[in-house]
Amino acid sequence: MATELKNYNTASAQAQGIQIDPIDEQTMVINMGPQHPSTHGVLRVILELDGENIVNATCHIGYVHTGIEKEGEFQTYLKAVTITDRLDYVSASINNLAYTLSVEKLLGVAPPPRGQYLRVMLCELQRIASHLVWLGTHALDIGAMTVFFFAFREREKILDLFEMMSGVRMMPSWIVPGGLRGDAPEGYFERVKAFVDEFPYRIEEYETLIDQNPIWLERTQGIGILTPEECMALGVSGPTLRATGVPHDLRKAVPYCSYDQFRFEVPIGKYSDVYDRYRVRMAEMRQSREIIKQALENMPDGPFNVDDRKVMPPPREELDHSMESVIHHFKWWTEGIHPPVGEAYVPVESPKGELGFYLVSNGSNYPWRMHVRGPSFMNLQSLATMAKGRLIADVVAMIGSIDIVLGEIDR
Amino acid sequence: MSVAHSGSADARRSGQFVGVIFVFIVLLVIAAVIGHLTLPGLAPVWHFLGAHPILNALVKAVVYVSFIALLVLFLIWWERKFAGWLQARLGPKHVGPQGMLQTLADALKLITKEDITPAVADRPLFYLAPFVVFVPTVLTFMVLPLGPHWIAQDLNVALLYVIAISSMTATGIMAAGWGSNNKYSLLGGVRAVAQLLSYEVPMVMAVLSVVTFVGGLSMRHIIDYQAQNGWLILKWPLIPAFLIFLIAALAELNRTPFDLPEAESELVSGFHTEYSGMRFAFFFLAEFANNFFSAGFAVALFFGGYLGPILPGIVWFILKTFVLITLMMWIRWTVPRLRIDQMMGLCWKLLVPLSLVVFILAAAWASR
Repeated sequence: MATELKNYNTASAQAQGIQIDPIDEQTMVINMGPQHPSTHGVLRVILELDGENIVNATCHIGYVHTGIEKEGEFQTYLKAVTITDRLDYVSASINNLAYTLSVEKLLGVAPPPRGQYLRVMLCELQRIASHLVWLGTHALDIGAMTVFFFAFREREKILDLFEMMSGVRMMPSWIVPGGLRGDAPEGYFERVKAFVDEFPYRIEEYETLIDQNPIWLERTQGIGILTPEECMALGVSGPTLRATGVPHDLRKAVPYCSYDQFRFEVPIGKYSDVYDRYRVRMAEMRQSREIIKQALENMPDGPFNVDDRKVMPPPREELDHSMESVIHHFKWWTEGIHPPVGEAYVPVESPKGELGFYLVSNGSNYPWRMHVRGPSFMNLQSLATMAKGRLIADVVAMIGSIDIVLGEIDR
Repeated sequence: MSVAHSGSADARRSGQFVGVIFVFIVLLVIAAVIGHLTLPGLAPVWHFLGAHPILNALVKAVVYVSFIALLVLFLIWWERKFAGWLQARLGPKHVGPQGMLQTLADALKLITKEDITPAVADRPLFYLAPFVVFVPTVLTFMVLPLGPHWIAQDLNVALLYVIAISSMTATGIMAAGWGSNNKYSLLGGVRAVAQLLSYEVPMVMAVLSVVTFVGGLSMRHIIDYQAQNGWLILKWPLIPAFLIFLIAALAELNRTPFDLPEAESELVSGFHTEYSGMRFAFFFLAEFANNFFSAGFAVALFFGGYLGPILPGIVWFILKTFVLITLMMWIRWTVPRLRIDQMMGLCWKLLVPLSLVVFILAAAWASR
């Protein structure tokens, strides 16, 4: 048993009920994280090593637990949008969308086409930004430092676009139940267009650095293999699942937010290793760019918010001559919205996988229950399966390849 | 808004480039002046210093250590600047002209920092390790021919001496890894020793190819041979020898793609995780001094050392060395890191057999 190993890690692990069972005394227990440069936040992996080979890997989470699910039950529907930003903080808009869609399902409303298209545009920009963070950190983990700076250079431009629209770079909270907080400002589409036109060359730049680099291939091919069955059993979704060859994308499978009006492909992998996940995400960035381009070309005119005064407040000019509007304005800003009794779950395709908010309404202006189905949490479970028998350097590549964000895992 | 300046950023960058080139030229001029310090007025001083054996040794030691320290300050700055350009950044630019004094500021910060020793460290080993790494590095400079008159000691077995002394670094790294009593450090130390010892083999074979060609182990002998017969890199069996030497040197220097002993994303910081303050600075100093030495060694072996027209020898030597160092930096900031088994495989399955073949070819060519 592990009692022979009188060190802090084993003792603390046992105290927390984590099974550590060294096969013999030759193994060493090493505590990777929570303060470690490449655990993408504060993930703690307890590795049992035989030399550099991994005998056992146990993930230990909860270091950034912020109680977001419980907090969501103590905020009105409108205010809770702001906490959803903090879940997966590199794809905030998509979290907003997932939450908003659940609330809108409770309410039984949907924004007009312009609102839908604006949402799609924001979400796809956010998907590219999230994938760029993934690309940079993943490459950094494998030792290619320059890719990180290149990827963040383009992410910076996307964040500037978010800032232009919402005034906030990372946590826009711009998608709210009933539509968006505001329309695109003047000159916005031109700047998005400029970004979209430039982006393919940038992707090529990243690929020049790593795509066919023999060291990159050596480090990523044949590493961290998951079969489709294992993915299904563990609840793995998103690019990690698609890399196994399963073309499951919620934007195609259960189209939401008028995604059925866009032409795009679902890239899939073949060998389901780290390299395939990389290829799938790179292809997804290109597809997202296509979607943004289509959204720009076909952007409908007209209103972008639900024309329902119980869901969205009246415009400013109505307040001057309509008493009813003043009442609606006051009620909306003080009480918020009151969805009818019921429950709703609308999954969306976040950059990491299936993200959905399960909301139960009891008719008040607070959700009675909010549960988050987070993709990172589910995907992280696959780490132990992938890591067994591999080397310590591979664990780093694997953690990078499933693209986790601890904010959403710990909630 | 931050995106509106792309044009002017380019302009600033090209301005910076000119500035850096200027700094480079100034440094080379200083080197040339030092290299020609045979002014009549100073002759008695040199004569006095050169005559007394102990004074002579002391002066040389002081000159060399300060030379290394200045060189490292410059190299660190240049690496940061160069990496910045590669990575669409600007690099240091606020402290001093073009950020030249940034490294000096960092060094001062390191000196004033608290020297933390982990409570569980093996103290003697922990304290000694940085110096055990640093001293062999300084010692190797002794036989480096910086210029026609700039060689501290022209040993007749200089190559043997370099190989013997530089492999002592592994001891220090192992001591650091073990003495820190930290698992990451230990893994880093183990990796470093495995790597250094393995890559020593192809490196020595590459150097031996040169030796069979030239027929001598002395540095001056090698340079003289190149003065008569042209650079050794131009002899075809030695081109693969140089490439093997370069790869092995990258591995010996723990630079990407071989930076496994200090792989940040895996082992935090490897064998120097627990070091802080001046002790950490010594590891850094040794790393960059080693970098210069390896490049300089390669220049002396393959690129004619200080040979070159018009300009003084030391300028040629430093120019060539900097080109080679910049190549190494370029590699470092471009490629990802190898895994430990792949690194070992590369050494034993590819480089060692290849270096044997190259050695045989070189020997056959030389005995024609």
